[in-house]
Amino acid sequence: MPPFEIKEVMRQCYETGVRSFTLITFTGFITGLIFTKQSRPSLLTFGAQSWLPSLVSIAIMRALAPLITALIAAGKVGSSIGAELGSMRVTEQIDAMEVSGTKPFKYLVCTRVLATTITIPILATYTGFVALIGGYLNVATNEGTSYTTFWEQVFEPLTFVDFVASLAKAIVFGFTIGIVGCYQGYYSNKGTEGVGKAANGAVVTAMFLVFVEEILIVQIAGWFR
Amino acid sequence: MEKGKANIDYKDAVITIRGLEKSFGDFEVLRGIDMDLYQGENLVVLGRSGTGKSVLIKVISGLLKADKGDVSVLGCNLNTITDKELQELRIRIGFSFQNSALYDSMTVRKNLEFPLVRNRKNITRTEINTSVERVLDAVGLTHTINQMPSELSGGQRKRIGIARTLILNPEVMLYDEPTAGLDPITCIEINDLINEVQQNFHTSSIIITHDLTCAKSTGDRVAMLLDGQFQRVGSFEEVFNTNDDRVKPFFEYNFIQ
Repeated sequence: MPPFEIKEVMRQCYETGVRSFTLITFTGFITGLIFTKQSRPSLLTFGAQSWLPSLVSIAIMRALAPLITALIAAGKVGSSIGAELGSMRVTEQIDAMEVSGTKPFKYLVCTRVLATTITIPILATYTGFVALIGGYLNVATNEGTSYTTFWEQVFEPLTFVDFVASLAKAIVFGFTIGIVGCYQGYYSNKGTEGVGKAANGAVVTAMFLVFVEEILIVQIAGWFR
Repeated sequence: MEKGKANIDYKDAVITIRGLEKSFGDFEVLRGIDMDLYQGENLVVLGRSGTGKSVLIKVISGLLKADKGDVSVLGCNLNTITDKELQELRIRIGFSFQNSALYDSMTVRKNLEFPLVRNRKNITRTEINTSVERVLDAVGLTHTINQMPSELSGGQRKRIGIARTLILNPEVMLYDEPTAGLDPITCIEINDLINEVQQNFHTSSIIITHDLTCAKSTGDRVAMLLDGQFQRVGSFEEVFNTNDDRVKPFFEYNFIQ
């Protein structure tokens, strides 16, 4: 139903996406680097360190990239949405919107949920890329693997199902983080204490649901492999 | 400023309430409210904290639903109104919140533009600017246009809150504790503003307060809310010309203390 609040959705995409960029870059890079470093000794035992790029790629693309992005977003974006809407609720700003003929649910909730559903898959894809760069740096330093060989080995074990499942996960995680943050904030009460609870509830509930969804989607994706 | 003579049409009720009841759990807040607000009238609802004054105007604005009774606002029965009709009705009602409820992430200009842009389709930038300047001028705060709500004083926030409701040219104004938490001089300024709004914007208003100075200087009629019902309704003098022990302390505290 019009108006479609495109301007507000864009603003929320900026808030959730662009403003998380630095944190996501840092976390993704470190994760890729450390994961590669920690996996090497196990593979060395079997003389299979040449499989390192494939192992890193499967772990990052199938699981780590969407999961890490979702957990960071739950902490950063989910809590921010919960606190912002909670604060608007207790200071009657949401009521003010309602009595001025605006539908606050559409303006505040739909836009934020849409923004997280759009931006978190993009962030997750970016996280995967940055994590693989981190992995490459470690592999190149230790094994002297060339850039081309590394990327060939990265894509070799991945299937179409992996990409679809990863994307589906990120979309579901994005929707969950948005809806949980909005729910906690929109229905908060009890003054400033309620705002704190809304922010906290948004993070804890979203993280819990993200793990539950991770298990479910991994199971479902397994049927198609 | 003395209250000017109001142009009230006592044949034309813009709000009619009969037998309104509202409870929260076991706590009965409103227990059978009967009320008429006439065209052009300022009706002050007086009562102690927690007696349900704010609940009353939240029911009138559709923020809360009545448990029992009929509430008719500008010809619309709130019991049978659809969501779309309620949204259209709300544009004709201005609600000034106790704590102003300004959108704290927006400047004063954006706060004022918000209801206008969302409710007036195809409005031009020039029309928006003219409307913003008109209401800011009406509340005497033209210079605050680019300020954030956090940079305003309590009285200024109240005024901007009132300006934000005036921008849609409401027919009915609902003021929730307009002078609460303000110094006496600012209270007088807000009371004058309420009277100016009545005169210049031809509104009918319900003013919720426990400030008798506000009641005396803005009200054409006063209704005393006690035990969930209007116990006394009339002019300020009529309401307080009583030996009722529930009413007298109220007057004595405000004017003698």
